[in-house]
Amino acid sequence: MTVREILDKLLRRQPASASTARDRLQLVLAHDRSDLSPELLDQMRREIFEVVAKYVEIDLDEGDVSLETEDRVTALVANLPIRRPLAVSQSEG
Amino acid sequence: MASTSRTILICSGKGGVGKTTLTANLGIALARLGLRTVVLDADFGLRNLDLLLGLENRIVFTAQEVLAESCRLEQALVKHKQEPNLALLPAGNPRMLEWLKPEDMQTIAAMLEKQFDYVLIDCPAGIEDGFKNAVAAAKEAIVITTPEVSAVRDADRVIGLLNTHGVTPVQLVLNRVRPKMMASQEMLAVDDVTDILALPLLGLVLEDEQVIVSTNRGEPLTLNGSSSPAARAYGNVARRLQGDDVPLIDPSKEGRGLRAKVRRLMQKKIF
Repeated sequence: MTVREILDKLLRRQPASASTARDRLQLVLAHDRSDLSPELLDQMRREIFEVVAKYVEIDLDEGDVSLETEDRVTALVANLPIRRPLAVSQSEG
Repeated sequence: MASTSRTILICSGKGGVGKTTLTANLGIALARLGLRTVVLDADFGLRNLDLLLGLENRIVFTAQEVLAESCRLEQALVKHKQEPNLALLPAGNPRMLEWLKPEDMQTIAAMLEKQFDYVLIDCPAGIEDGFKNAVAAAKEAIVITTPEVSAVRDADRVIGLLNTHGVTPVQLVLNRVRPKMMASQEMLAVDDVTDILALPLLGLVLEDEQVIVSTNRGEPLTLNGSSSPAARAYGNVARRLQGDDVPLIDPSKEGRGLRAKVRRLMQKKIF
């Protein structure tokens, strides 16, 4: 954190725009590079939740599936906190 | 015969970030280093390289006539008066937009590579046909951008396309840097841009009013040994291309007064 950022917080004024620009760019580039629209990502997120929920009980409020980019490599990162494993049903089918 | 000819595409994606200005100034700077240099205006729908070089009244033929064999290459090349090591070749006529194909650009570049040390291709803005034609002839590329979200985003798209076309190396020139705005963190920092685009930085050009003055005159800043910040930056890009280890300027070190000191203090990382 820089001196400027601390002063911004203390004086409750808008943070300098460069960090906003950086954050917005990183988000938009993750989508550009993966060719995934926010809608598609949202759909994929729901489907991933559904699949994972079949096996374990996950905390939906804490869970997140997002795109992260570093050094021009974009990764799909899923962070799904598990509450407790579901009792595996014995009956087949 | 230039055995080690380098064909470099100068591109940006977004328009108006300084492609043509860089091409003109870099062309002159390389020529002044004694290197036989040709600048190829691939943006022939909206060509402007002739205007920046002050050669707008001397174009008779273009690469189009050379390929149609209605004139020789030597007739189409426009030699710069003050800097005879530099020549301009417009790719085509604004009225013949549909004419050029990627193979045509490759043919032209191959002809130029036989007699020049550097072939600089001024790429059109956008990523459509004009870009595809120009990239077909390129071996390496310089991506130019400004520290603005739209320019960086478009540069990123272009870098992706250059990678798929196998163009390498790709280097970055960051243009129109305003040290004061960077210092007050109201402009993306140099590191922000290089981290996001993951390219080596070939040059850093400060915002400089002299660029407009030189454009008005049709005399690139590097032509007359100007000592303005942008002129020095373009000259340094030329020397780095030649392999000289020229240190990059540090925008945060610009300005000596009390205000600059306070701005530097504000940037200091505490934790």
